[in-house]
Amino acid sequence: MSLLIGSFTIGLILALLALGIFISFRIFDFPDITAEGSFTFGAATGASLIVAGVNPLLASLVAFIAGMAAGAVTGLIHTRFKINPLLAGILVMTALYSVNLHVMGKSNMPLLSETTVFTWIEQFSVNISGENARTMVLGWDVAVKDLWLLLFCSISICIFCMILWWFFRTNIGTAMRATGDNDQMIRALGVNTKTMIIAGVAIANGFVALSGALLAQYQGFADVQMGIGMMVWGLASVIIGEAIINDNSLGMVIFGAVIGSVLFRLLVAIALRWGLNPNDLKIITALFVFIALILPGLMKNKRKFNLTRRNHA
Amino acid sequence: MLKINNIKKTFNPETVNEVKALRSVNLEIDEGSFVCVLGTNGSGKSTMLNAVAGTFMIDEGDVLLDNTNITKWSEHKRAQLIGRVFQNPFSGTAPNMSIQENLALAFKRGQKRGLGWGLPKNKLDEFKTIVRPLNMGLEDRLENPIGKLSGGQRQALTLLMATALKPKLLLLDEHTAALDPKTASKVIELTEKIITRDRLTTLMVTHSMQQAVNLGDRIIMMHKGQVAYDFKGEEKKRLKVNDLLALFDELRRKDNIDQGVAEMLKEQYV
Ligand SMILES: Nc1ncnc2c1ncn2[C@@H]1O[C@H](COP(=O)(O)OP(=O)(O)O)[C@@H](O)[C@H]1O
Ligand SMILES: [Mg+2]
Repeated sequence: MSLLIGSFTIGLILALLALGIFISFRIFDFPDITAEGSFTFGAATGASLIVAGVNPLLASLVAFIAGMAAGAVTGLIHTRFKINPLLAGILVMTALYSVNLHVMGKSNMPLLSETTVFTWIEQFSVNISGENARTMVLGWDVAVKDLWLLLFCSISICIFCMILWWFFRTNIGTAMRATGDNDQMIRALGVNTKTMIIAGVAIANGFVALSGALLAQYQGFADVQMGIGMMVWGLASVIIGEAIINDNSLGMVIFGAVIGSVLFRLLVAIALRWGLNPNDLKIITALFVFIALILPGLMKNKRKFNLTRRNHA
Repeated sequence: MLKINNIKKTFNPETVNEVKALRSVNLEIDEGSFVCVLGTNGSGKSTMLNAVAGTFMIDEGDVLLDNTNITKWSEHKRAQLIGRVFQNPFSGTAPNMSIQENLALAFKRGQKRGLGWGLPKNKLDEFKTIVRPLNMGLEDRLENPIGKLSGGQRQALTLLMATALKPKLLLLDEHTAALDPKTASKVIELTEKIITRDRLTTLMVTHSMQQAVNLGDRIIMMHKGQVAYDFKGEEKKRLKVNDLLALFDELRRKDNIDQGVAEMLKEQYV
């Protein structure tokens, strides 16, 4: 059970990543690989600041801003120099690898003895219900501090979702959505689409970096490799969310990304429990996204095929 | 009002695909004038409108609108002054956003967009009032995505959006060409209504000579990236479709002679 609660919590932390991917891929139609680098960038920035004694909340905020900066660079490279979005993302992701090593000064930075957002909550739990307190949830014996962590993550994610929902319904947020939907139209209505794309990719990577910073604090270390495959991971979450929610309203798609992230993490945890080799995780994630991407097309073909058969009969 | 001074535009210069789309276009349009632009395919009508709207930077010349030189202005900045409707019904609206969101975007054309609520409650009634006269039943479907509407409905909405805030200049580029004849005439009717009501300075490209004869107070005919003919005032009023057809024929004959001469010269000198 504590495995499930842990997966749930990590799923919520990674929901921030999914939200970032949702913003770049779905709102801006911008296939942004920067995420792979900015996830680690957030983790590295957050971890280094925490080790340097900075307040973990402030460190997480700086990680968010660092991610925004990385995203802004990608957006700038794309809009200013007309470089294809994928390539712009790859350039920044590659450059970030070196940056991350410099930020941490090594390839792995442990946080186990540091004060993080999550040790605060554990401390809070100890203060309230004592050391090693346990309780029963639906007949399962779980640690009280795990529940507090889960609650904290749930509330934080809810707040972030509400902020995003609100933002994308303001005048400027609406213009951003229109930029992804029909840039010619929104330019004709006086919006600088380049600025919108830069800002949008920046916000997206801010969320991705924050996700990295929080994950580093939760798992107790930052690693220069931890961003690898994260973009596809986030995309898988977004796709699962869309399949489950099946509603195009803004609030529901944001909610879907969160649900997708949690569910995907739970599925993976269960698969690993059943003996899935962790080394195979990335190829399975990639296959999953591949299938999810081609499935709608396949179903359409099948329908067409059925129709032609009916017509011939 | 609008002043186009000797503008030139060459696409893909110094390549095999070089196209001299505009070779020295000069045009001056008075405030409140409604100009129909005719011309064969590829004569540079769209390019001229795009040059005014700032879709690309021109090679030479100046564009002045409302006594301001906007030659160096970006496309989105010019949108403060210019409303547009494109030929393709898909171009003018954001398909996955609702009708009301599209309208709300249009009511902020060229203005600062901040953190204010994008869909203010008090605007919804106004949206209903402006779409009701279309008689398309859209007032009850404001929350539906625009992508679900027909081409004609989308063009009608795009027209409302382009003129929601009165533009200094309205640019219409064959905005009924993709519609079936019945829908097209409805959209043209609406176009005329709005232009007359708001006394909009308008440049309307059309492939229909009938439209050009019926509408507006001036006709210009483009040919090979230049303004070949220009009719206004009484002259425009007297103009009939047959006169325009004759002019097209004349242009075609001239072209053939030019080609003939070119071939003759080639034979003699090569
Ligand atoms: N973006 C572009 N790139 C290259 N060639 C273009 C472009 N836009 C227009 N052209 C060319 O310029 C010429 C004029 O086109 P256009 O203005 O669209 O004509 P029309 O009068 O039919 O609207 C055509 O030969 C067209 O192929
Ligand atoms: Mg054209």
